[in-house]
Amino acid sequence: MPTYRELLQAAKASVEEVDATRARELLDADDAPLLVDVRERDEWEQGRIPGAVLVPRGNLESRIENAAPDRSRPVLLYCASGARSAFAAKTLTDLGYDRAISLAGGYTDWQRNGFPTDLPRSLGPERTTRYSRHLLIPEVGEEGQLRLLDSRILLIGAGGLGSPAALYLAAAGVGTLGIIDADVVDETNLQRQIAHSRNSLGEPKTDSARRTIEALNPDVEVVPFRERLTSENIERILEPGWDVIVDGADNFPTRYLVNDASVWHDIPVVHGSIFRFEGQVTVFKPGDGPCYRCLFPQPPPAEMAPSCAEGGVLGVLPGVIGSIQTAEALKLALGIGDPLVGRLLLYDALSGEFEEMKLRKNPDCPVCGESPTITDYIDYVEFCAGVGH
Amino acid sequence: MRIPPTLRGETEGAREVEARGGTVRELLDDLTARFPALRRQLLEDEELAPFVNVYVEGEDVRTREGLETAVDDGSTVILLPAMAGG
Repeated sequence: MPTYRELLQAAKASVEEVDATRARELLDADDAPLLVDVRERDEWEQGRIPGAVLVPRGNLESRIENAAPDRSRPVLLYCASGARSAFAAKTLTDLGYDRAISLAGGYTDWQRNGFPTDLPRSLGPERTTRYSRHLLIPEVGEEGQLRLLDSRILLIGAGGLGSPAALYLAAAGVGTLGIIDADVVDETNLQRQIAHSRNSLGEPKTDSARRTIEALNPDVEVVPFRERLTSENIERILEPGWDVIVDGADNFPTRYLVNDASVWHDIPVVHGSIFRFEGQVTVFKPGDGPCYRCLFPQPPPAEMAPSCAEGGVLGVLPGVIGSIQTAEALKLALGIGDPLVGRLLLYDALSGEFEEMKLRKNPDCPVCGESPTITDYIDYVEFCAGVGH
Repeated sequence: MRIPPTLRGETEGAREVEARGGTVRELLDDLTARFPALRRQLLEDEELAPFVNVYVEGEDVRTREGLETAVDDGSTVILLPAMAGG
C-alpha cells in the first residue's frame, strides 16, 4: 500500500511540471494554456493568478469539461504548493487532455517570485445575498458587482430626475454617489421627488437624499455638495474623479457647465430632461459621440426659455426618464451593452410612445469640435431660478 | 410637424400640425404664417436658431442640408428646442 508521499511522487513523476517562471512564460505566450486553480473557494478568494478559473479539485472530474471543453488545449493547473495540482494534472491526462501541466511550488511560489496576482476580493456572504439578482445575470456577476461597488457616480441635482437615479444607483450598490444640490425640500417637490418625504421638509436635499440612501444600502458612501454648480466650484467638485455624471439639472447654466467640464475631463454624461408629459435621454460620451453643444451650441435667450415652474410635469415622468438614465449609468459603469451614445430617446407619456433621433458630432462644435472656441467655463445668466426642481 | 410641449402655447396647444412645402424652410414658412409667434422661437436671421433642432425622419437637418433639406410627402418633422427641466 503506497503512502501519501509515494503517491504524490508517482503523480509528480507522471505529469509535466513547470516552475513559476516557466509558467509565467507559458501564460504570456500567444497560445497560452487555460489556467485552472484547483484550490478551494476560500483559498481562491484570498488571492489568485490573474486569468485563472476556479475548479476545486473536489469537483474536478465533473466540472473540468465545462471549464475546458477543448481537450487539445493545454491546461496549466495550480494549487497552493503543487501537490493537489499534480494529482489534478494526472486526472486530466486520464480524462484524455493532451497536455496537463502542474505548477510546481503552486501559488505560494508564484507569489514568492513577486508575479502578479488578482486582488483578494469577493463580495462576502451579506453582499452575495443583497446583490443575488445581479449575480445571477452573466453580464454583471460578482466581477460586475465589485465593479459597481468601486464606481463613483456624480448626480447633478437631487430633484425629479436625481431622486430615482439616486435610489436605483444606491440599490444597485454603486459604491460612491456624489450629489450636488443647493435646495431644500419643499412640499411641491413631493409630487415626484421620491428620495424625499414629509419628514425632510425644509431640510437640504443633499441631507434628505443621503438619509434615504443610507437607509437603503449601507454599502454606498454619499458625498454631498450642498451648493449650486458654478465655474468657481466645478473643478473642486470634479477633482476626486467620477466615472459617470448623471445630469438631472433643472436649468441651462448648469447643463452647459456640466457639458463643458465633461468634455475637458473625459467623463460620460447621462443626460435627461423633462417637461410636462415628455422627456428625453441621451448619453454624451466624449470622444465617442456628440456633446450637448453639438446638439444645442448655446442656451436659448432668457425670454425664450420655458419656465420650468409654469410648465409643470407629470409626477411619474422623472421616474421614467431618471430610471432610463440610471440604466445607462449602470451600463457605462459596468462597461456592458450599447449606451445611448449618438441617440436621443424621446418619451411621450400621453401618447405612450418612444422615439429615437440620431445625433451626430458637430465638427464645428464650439467645445468638442476641431477648433474649439470655448475653452473656459461660462456662467450663463440664470433664467429658471430653481423653482422647477 | 410635431410641436414640442414647450412651444405648444404658440400653436393653441396642438401637438401636431400639418404643413406644406418641399423643404424644411418652406414647411417652417407655412407653419409660422399660421402661428407667427413661433417664428422667433425657431429662426434667427432667417436661419435655424442655435437652440433648436429639426429632425426629418429621425435625422438632424443640420447634418443634411439645413433648412434646404428636402422633405418627402407625408414625412414626420420633429421640432426640438433645448429643454432644461429636471
